[in-house]
Amino acid sequence: MMEYDRVVADLAEIDPPTLTRLHQRLEQRAERRDLLDVAFRTVDSPVGPLLIAATREGLVRVAYEREGMDAVLQTLASTISPRVLAAPRRLDDAAFQLDEYFAGRRRVFDVPLDLRLAAGFRRLVLAELTGIPYGSTRSYTQVAAGTGHPRAVRAVGSACASNPLPLVVPCHRVLRSDGSLGGYLGGVQIKRTLLQLEAAAAAQ
Amino acid sequence: MNKPPFEQLVSRHGPAVYRVCRALIGPVDAEDAWSDTFVAALQAYPQLPVDANIEAWLVRIAQRKAIDHARARSRRPVPTPGIPESGSSNGLVRERDEDLWAAIASLPIRQRQAVAYHHLAGRPYAEVAELIGGTPGAARRAASDGIATLRKRLASEVQKGQ
Repeated sequence: MMEYDRVVADLAEIDPPTLTRLHQRLEQRAERRDLLDVAFRTVDSPVGPLLIAATREGLVRVAYEREGMDAVLQTLASTISPRVLAAPRRLDDAAFQLDEYFAGRRRVFDVPLDLRLAAGFRRLVLAELTGIPYGSTRSYTQVAAGTGHPRAVRAVGSACASNPLPLVVPCHRVLRSDGSLGGYLGGVQIKRTLLQLEAAAAAQ
Repeated sequence: MNKPPFEQLVSRHGPAVYRVCRALIGPVDAEDAWSDTFVAALQAYPQLPVDANIEAWLVRIAQRKAIDHARARSRRPVPTPGIPESGSSNGLVRERDEDLWAAIASLPIRQRQAVAYHHLAGRPYAEVAELIGGTPGAARRAASDGIATLRKRLASEVQKGQ
């Protein structure tokens, strides 16, 4: 019996570098065969690990850890395509620019965006958010006015709360009219950190 | 019910599929067969029914890809041994590895498949029988005969080495 276990254990043994190598080859071949509908990776940041994902069109999702990485991937699989693969190469630019942003060296993100996860009014809100300059803030009311729907203040709040591309589309720059922070999909502490980072970098 | 992201299939079943490929055709061709398997699976995945048995589906693809590679190898003019030229740094481990892959390569194909699908991929004998033909009872015997032969061969290799 012991020798049986030994035989099966030997047949089953895999050194971890083999699995890494296999995965990398799969990424390359999937890209070449145009099968990579959604590529994703994680990046470390001062506000915790971030999951970033891109389609062929561009960056489609940025997610904070508290959103649940597995849940985010499942949603991408259900709403875009189940062909979701960890494939960092497509996200090199986005990861690099996020690093620069957190180092205070980047004020505007310059990567193609795929806004398909935000439809209708939400898409309109994202366009409005993109216009808020680095280091400054707007109120939900101002953003609503900017969209041409001044009474849709609550809808602006919910569009911010469901922003598929936080950080890159700066919903953290939207505050309550009384100047208090309001909510944030990554947690209000992260919102505070981002605003402090931008205020400090903008002051230099 | 939602279809899981493909990455989950790779992380959950990738190791088992690699073990199957390696047992069927040896460590040199196993990596190609593995990546052929997952590329084909990635391509077909959107059409796979949500309630499909994913591991059985992957093992079935792996079986087909491994056979393709074995055929391609047998057509090559110069026969090459199915063992990596540079592998583990530990000579003793390597020697044991070479014995292992030589031993499993010497098994009749049905036994090799039964051992791989049941013992390495955890497929029940009923499924193994669907993959290799015959009854579940015959699949069980093929697996146990295969394991018995491996045990004997490897035990005698150890004695020879001492």
